[in-house]
Amino acid sequence: MRNIWIIGRRELAAYFTSPVAYVFIVIFLALAGGLTFFFGNWLERGQADLQVFFIYHPYLYLFLIPAVGMRLWAEERKSGTMEFLMTLPISTGQAVIGKFVAAWIFAGIALLLTFPIWITVNFLGDPDNGVIVTAYVGSWLMAGGFLALSSSVSALTKNQVVAFVLAAVLGFIFLMSGVEIVQAFFRAWAPQKFVDAVAELSFLSNFTDLSQGVIDVRDILFFASVIGVALFINTAIVEIKKSA
Amino acid sequence: MSTLLEIEGLTKRFGPITAVDDITFSVERGEVLGFLGPNGAGKSTTMKMATGYLSPTAGNITVCGYDVRLHPIEAKRRIGYLPEGAPLYGDMTPNSLLNFVCDIRKLPRDQRRQGLDHAIESLHLHQVLHQPIETLSKGYKRRVGLAQAIVHDPDVLILDEPTDGLDPNQKHEVHKLLGRMASTKAIIISTHILEEVDAVCSRAIIISQGRIVADEKPSQLEARSRFHNAVGIRIAAEGAERCVSVLNEISEVHSVQQVVQPSGLNELVAFSANGGNIIGQVRTAIDRSGLDVVEMFIERGRLEDVFRDLTLGAPAAAEVKEEAGNA
Ligand SMILES: Nc1ncnc2c1ncn2[C@@H]1O[C@H](COP(=O)(O)OP(=O)(O)OP(=O)(O)O)[C@@H](O)[C@H]1O
Ligand SMILES: [Mg+2]
Repeated sequence: MRNIWIIGRRELAAYFTSPVAYVFIVIFLALAGGLTFFFGNWLERGQADLQVFFIYHPYLYLFLIPAVGMRLWAEERKSGTMEFLMTLPISTGQAVIGKFVAAWIFAGIALLLTFPIWITVNFLGDPDNGVIVTAYVGSWLMAGGFLALSSSVSALTKNQVVAFVLAAVLGFIFLMSGVEIVQAFFRAWAPQKFVDAVAELSFLSNFTDLSQGVIDVRDILFFASVIGVALFINTAIVEIKKSA
Repeated sequence: MSTLLEIEGLTKRFGPITAVDDITFSVERGEVLGFLGPNGAGKSTTMKMATGYLSPTAGNITVCGYDVRLHPIEAKRRIGYLPEGAPLYGDMTPNSLLNFVCDIRKLPRDQRRQGLDHAIESLHLHQVLHQPIETLSKGYKRRVGLAQAIVHDPDVLILDEPTDGLDPNQKHEVHKLLGRMASTKAIIISTHILEEVDAVCSRAIIISQGRIVADEKPSQLEARSRFHNAVGIRIAAEGAERCVSVLNEISEVHSVQQVVQPSGLNELVAFSANGGNIIGQVRTAIDRSGLDVVEMFIERGRLEDVFRDLTLGAPAAAEVKEEAGNA
């Protein structure tokens, strides 16, 4: 546990020493705000909630989270520091979790920096703040899901661009598995049970409830399992890659 | 003495390449082992396995009684490792990196302060302590890499080309540092600088194509050289020819090699016929001839020579004959 935190802290500090971190935060805030105001017509809707703000998060994360996660292991492998890190007295799992946690906290910070919109909605009307908090937590959980996928994929390659593309594709599959087009594709040949199972794996369907303030334990468990399984695979990939 | 590192039947294959081929040796406390071999011989690969980074295809590694594969954390705790090329987090400063290592290695406060002071002092890092590592010169990076390897005062120190890129002063400092630490640790260094073996190593292993071809004291290695006990003579060009014939007269002299130095002086090397000491005979003959010799010395043997013979597989004797013909 202590090791995880030491690694996470180092990693987090590394984020903030690079300009990429600030660029990322600015882009995230600009897009999150821009989409809400211009496409979501947030002000014109005349409703005191953040529905249209959260509705864009899955798509934002689809591209922005791979940008956060791509460097996690690819950079470590490329620069050779993986050898330094993995010959310290830590387990591979601790390194994987530590690095993931750092990136997740970073994503959380970016998310928290959207707080002005929350203040604004409270200023303009009388929203249900419980719903908003649930939606924030749900959004952060979903970010964790995307991030765990990105982190695993990042361990596959030394090239950050490749890591980014693979992570975005993988994220897209998880995001869209509940959407009608994808469903139709499976329905054509797979049994209904399988089609339903695929739908269950969708980030979108699992996030929708949370974003509307509905706390469904299954949704939370879903994201937790995605993170858990992805990091487990991540650990295995790191083990294999370092010994090859 | 206690054995701190034991390697047994170690083998590593990368697909069709056998990088390390059935290597066995052990290192005791108090030993400094020089790990020599041509590029691609398998030095770094062996070190990567010893430190638990790579997993071996076959064989066992034990560090302070802990099997590296079964108890990697316990083993790694007792190792200080400088990987080849000293890869370090460029965004960190030496100060933050060393503190990170102390944190991970759970050093108690006293030991931590002591370790940091000692590492920073020994490697002269004061000036660069707060400068991002990516902006440091190559030599300084290497020194930070060395500092992080010794900060926890490990029993086993594994250093892959520790003095590569260091200036002569720093090289000397590192040699002194290794000398000071030698008595309490088992140290392995890989190097391409053969003088370094003489300067710091109590033992040398030469590997070639993944196999150990020699494992002995540096002096024993030198004794394998055809230069061992040869007599070197520096003489002005005018006397050189006569001197060569005088030397060739001596029955204990096998052959004479002649090299013209840039200074204009000639250097002659008289090889011993049986590897024994021939300085007495040479001196008597020179004195009798009345030749004016600038300098005369006994060769201990040249490691480069032995290294070349062992790693290229050419027998030493063949080369001697060839050069004797030229002389
Ligand atoms: N990850 C790898 N995949 C494939 N082959 C490898 C890998 N790592 C090392 N090798 C091969 O193993 C052999 C030994 O390499 P190693 O780095 O151990 O040599 P070395 O003795 O350290 O050489 P140098 O003096 O150049 O540092 C080389 O032929 C190298 O190409
Ligand atoms: Mg090497």
